[in-house]
Amino acid sequence: MKLSTKHLLGIKDLTRDDIQLILSTAEQFKEVLQRPVKKVPSLRDVTIVNLFYENSTRTRMSFELAEKRLSADVLNFAATTSSAAKGETLLDTVNNILSMKVDMVVMRHSASGAPHFLAKHIPAAIVNAGDGINEHPTQALLDAFSMKEKLGKLEGLKVAIIGDIMHSRVALSNMYLLKKMGAEITIAGPPTLIPKYIEQALDVRVEYNLKKALQWCDVANVLRIQLERQNQPLFSSLREYNLVYGINRKLLESLGKEIVIMHPGPINRGVELDSDVADGPFSIILNQVENGVAVRMAVLYLLANEQG
Amino acid sequence: MKTILSAQQLTLTVKRLAHQILEHNASLQDTVIIGLQPRGIFLSDRIVTELRGLVQPGAIQYGKLDITFYRDDVRQGLHIANSTDIPFSLENKHVILMDDVLYTGRTIRAALDALLDFGRPSKVSLCVLIDRRFSRELPIQPDFSGKTIDTIISQKVKVCWKERDEVDEVVLV
Repeated sequence: MKLSTKHLLGIKDLTRDDIQLILSTAEQFKEVLQRPVKKVPSLRDVTIVNLFYENSTRTRMSFELAEKRLSADVLNFAATTSSAAKGETLLDTVNNILSMKVDMVVMRHSASGAPHFLAKHIPAAIVNAGDGINEHPTQALLDAFSMKEKLGKLEGLKVAIIGDIMHSRVALSNMYLLKKMGAEITIAGPPTLIPKYIEQALDVRVEYNLKKALQWCDVANVLRIQLERQNQPLFSSLREYNLVYGINRKLLESLGKEIVIMHPGPINRGVELDSDVADGPFSIILNQVENGVAVRMAVLYLLANEQG
Repeated sequence: MKTILSAQQLTLTVKRLAHQILEHNASLQDTVIIGLQPRGIFLSDRIVTELRGLVQPGAIQYGKLDITFYRDDVRQGLHIANSTDIPFSLENKHVILMDDVLYTGRTIRAALDALLDFGRPSKVSLCVLIDRRFSRELPIQPDFSGKTIDTIISQKVKVCWKERDEVDEVVLV
């Protein structure tokens, strides 16, 4: 068994078997991360560049740690402190890096499709760490891993994805993945933040009433309001958003059932999640971060073995 | 196809290996048994069951180790990892590694690397069911061996276990 793809550009290109292989390999890496020595020599002949054209805390550190735990050599590139600021193109930048004998590229870019463009022009394996409003495949994989770890399965699981669906690459990757694994999905949020025709396009349910969505689901994956991607006002104020679509302890307790709360980070506290929920007993937000390293190790390990 | 061990011989061999291990480590104090995934654990399961009937059952610490991430041929095709389960430290323990067939020695080399990530054992011994003695590529030898055989590279030793293959036997293919 091996992956059906040479790159990880999006969940869209993966098969169900690919996803299962990544998740089961991640389980083994999670065990590695509990050992006294949390490191294996698998990728010690591999050099990986983390190419970040957009800011990141979790994803960049998580990838860097995953690479180091696999014994790979790591280069870090941040657009703001590089010659990209002098106008060097993406392709020139990457070709220059690759000429220094780099094997894999982990990239984040604000333009949707940037990693797909690179994959066509360079020989190295590419891992998409988030491209614009398109996909964020490793986030969806770690979300699925965390759901499966907490609730035992993905098949038949009821997942509500709540908030800024329109601008969220996390939402799209999650929807592709959960559909492939047989989970049920409801999208919830204000109509202005939910793309038109999403029900038909992705075969998901849409619910504009937050409480109804929460009552239906086993897991609520709450997304960040992405103000940096909204170039026109889509709701009147953050306070109003919090009143109508923010999740607080009182609301959760009124459901009469326990649901799992997830968030890909960074959290806008007091907007989409109140602190009493984010830090509360139903939240697995920090488990998601922990699992991220194991999932990214699995992705890098499996892709490195495709390069042959 | 030639039979190396029949079902009865295999049972006797497992019993003998268990007794030999006890002979060298009377109380099994500070001794840890580690079966190698995926096929070595059938041998280690049987030997541990045998040993638990011979000493205080609680005295035996038993773990399972997968060496996939430590292989020296990672880039030559994908290997699927199995689970590792060593819920205790190996610091200053006598570790007895168990595998079904000792062939090139490369798996054991990887296992020795992997073991160090769980602490520094005071001693490591190796127990195998079948030792293909003329096929070694590394200077590694067993301390306890069920049967030593002379084979050529084109031959294959197949170890079948009732738990998985419905029959207990070792054959040369």
